[in-house]
Amino acid sequence: MEERLRHTHPLRRILARPELGALGGAVAVWAFFAIIAGDQGFLSLRGTATYLEVAAELGILAAAVALLMIGGEFDLSVGSIIGASGMLLTVLAVQFGWNIWLAFVAVMAFAVLAGLFNGIMVVKTGLPSFIVTLATLFVFRGATIAITRLVTGRTQLGGLQEVPGYSAARWLFAGEIPFGSAELPVSIIWWIVLTALATWILLRTPFGNWIFGAGGDARSASSVGVPVPRVKVLLFVGTALAAALVGVIQSVGFNGADVLRGELREFFAIIVVVIGGTLLTGGYGSAIGAAIGALIFGMVRQGIVFAGVDADWFQVFLGAMLLIAVLVNHWVRRRALKG
Amino acid sequence: MRSLFGVVLIVMGWGVGCADPPAESGGTDSLRFVFVTHGQASDPFWSVVQNGARDAARHVRVRVDYQAPESFDMVTMGQLIDAVLASNPDGLVVSIPDASALEGALMAANHAGVPFISINSGGEHAERLGALLHVGQSEYEAGYQGGVRMAEVGATRALCINQEVGNLALDQRCAGFAAALEAAGAEAEVLAVELADPTESEQRILAALRADPTLDALMTLGPTGAIPTLHALDQRSGDILFATFDIAPEILAGIEAGTVLFAIDQQQYMQGYMPVVLLSLYLRNENLLAHRSLHTGPGFVTADNVDRLRTLTRQGTR
Repeated sequence: MEERLRHTHPLRRILARPELGALGGAVAVWAFFAIIAGDQGFLSLRGTATYLEVAAELGILAAAVALLMIGGEFDLSVGSIIGASGMLLTVLAVQFGWNIWLAFVAVMAFAVLAGLFNGIMVVKTGLPSFIVTLATLFVFRGATIAITRLVTGRTQLGGLQEVPGYSAARWLFAGEIPFGSAELPVSIIWWIVLTALATWILLRTPFGNWIFGAGGDARSASSVGVPVPRVKVLLFVGTALAAALVGVIQSVGFNGADVLRGELREFFAIIVVVIGGTLLTGGYGSAIGAAIGALIFGMVRQGIVFAGVDADWFQVFLGAMLLIAVLVNHWVRRRALKG
Repeated sequence: MRSLFGVVLIVMGWGVGCADPPAESGGTDSLRFVFVTHGQASDPFWSVVQNGARDAARHVRVRVDYQAPESFDMVTMGQLIDAVLASNPDGLVVSIPDASALEGALMAANHAGVPFISINSGGEHAERLGALLHVGQSEYEAGYQGGVRMAEVGATRALCINQEVGNLALDQRCAGFAAALEAAGAEAEVLAVELADPTESEQRILAALRADPTLDALMTLGPTGAIPTLHALDQRSGDILFATFDIAPEILAGIEAGTVLFAIDQQQYMQGYMPVVLLSLYLRNENLLAHRSLHTGPGFVTADNVDRLRTLTRQGTR
């Protein structure tokens, strides 16, 4: 019988959602740290705020990366775009005295161009996006270092807090929302809104169907009229814009930029998207899952501090926790599909 | 599946156990200090700092945790400090490579009433950001002491070879070096070389020596400058006085062979050790040093102590 005609129990349909397994993983990770570090502040409001902040910055990136990966492509250049965007904003505003909003527009324009370049290169050459964006990872990072050193003679640039328009930018990108006795960064709102937007696009718009089609089977999608190249180029623009937004949030929040910002974020983003149930092969996945994946990452990154585990052990922990999350995810999904 | 999960939990529990041996946590008043630095755990320089912190924790009976981002990342470092503060430590020890990026997190430490000491970098911002004191090397002072030693052995015209012009700390080393030589009636200039390209650096140094035969002394600012300089000196005869900042196996070998006069060492073991001692004195006994900065360097490695230093390097304390 065709899968879509088969009658499925509503509960089973919920269990078969890609993000459910990730939710199980998130609960497991939270419980683990609640037990071993609950009395050291992990459960406090401030503790919660610190891991939500880490999750939010990665989650903004992951929402866009999830769409791209469901569409069947990778973007390894997002970490470098974070660095380039933050530095561009700071150089334009601090060094050249631009209004911060004008600089922001320039950063977004740069991101659109970077995304178009990645996307058009992938679509026109037919090369794997893994290779194309691996190249642009180095190009964007190298250009950021070289141009910054050329223009300013330095690799770090501060002073963004003294630029005209900063206070409004701070409110929008790095403001704080009261959260009981603690404060939540406004990036959490960006994270929630962008995850909701990505989910709406995926599940409620024709473009969402095109994404699944482009990533599932590009040839048959093309034959039924899906503009696969255009979909992919737009998805690359999306990841570049999300990276630029993270770059801006970090620069505004940390009063400036350095040329190494965003290193390794491209891999963290892919990891959390996969934890969230998106297939590496494309055609299947969820933006909500990516958000839960980011939450797991944030809890592990910060939970280790509360548990008093030295930095020596961080990567062991990260790897093991991520493996557990993926295993739980895999197990839940298989149970659900088997019935 | 359940058994696998159990095994993983046991492994992780073991990880926690390893990171927190009973010797470190067995303090009488159970003080807990946390280090957050920009140096990765695998970096040999920072590994020595971490060993200093561990040893001090054992000696003064406090618990010490050590955190660092997995790459040079001020955003992650700021977020680590946030998490550390939320865990209510008794004291904090931080390096400040980018004061404007870490300002927010350190102000939060002040706000939360957590005393902190800065180490290694950021000494010029420590007081403004509310640190109890700074433990590190004054780069200018280290350069100056190096220049004094160089002048004592008869340098008249010296080059300071800078592999990263624009890096404030390195510029200060050269400035101090030049000031000491000028005070002794000698001359000093700066030569910029390429950080990533040892061959080009070597050629630049050889060209500079050929262009000016009156040059009789070279100072490099770290292994990236010192190693090409050693190669360049191998290729030409004549007596050139050569000294460098920082220690590496090639530099120690050069000191033994007599091609390197001395190496300036910032003795970073003390940057791990001293803050633990000072914080525990502050919290247990209301003691605070009169000076707001404690200089761990410059220490000098010469032919006289290079043997002993090799042993200590193997122990991970130098």
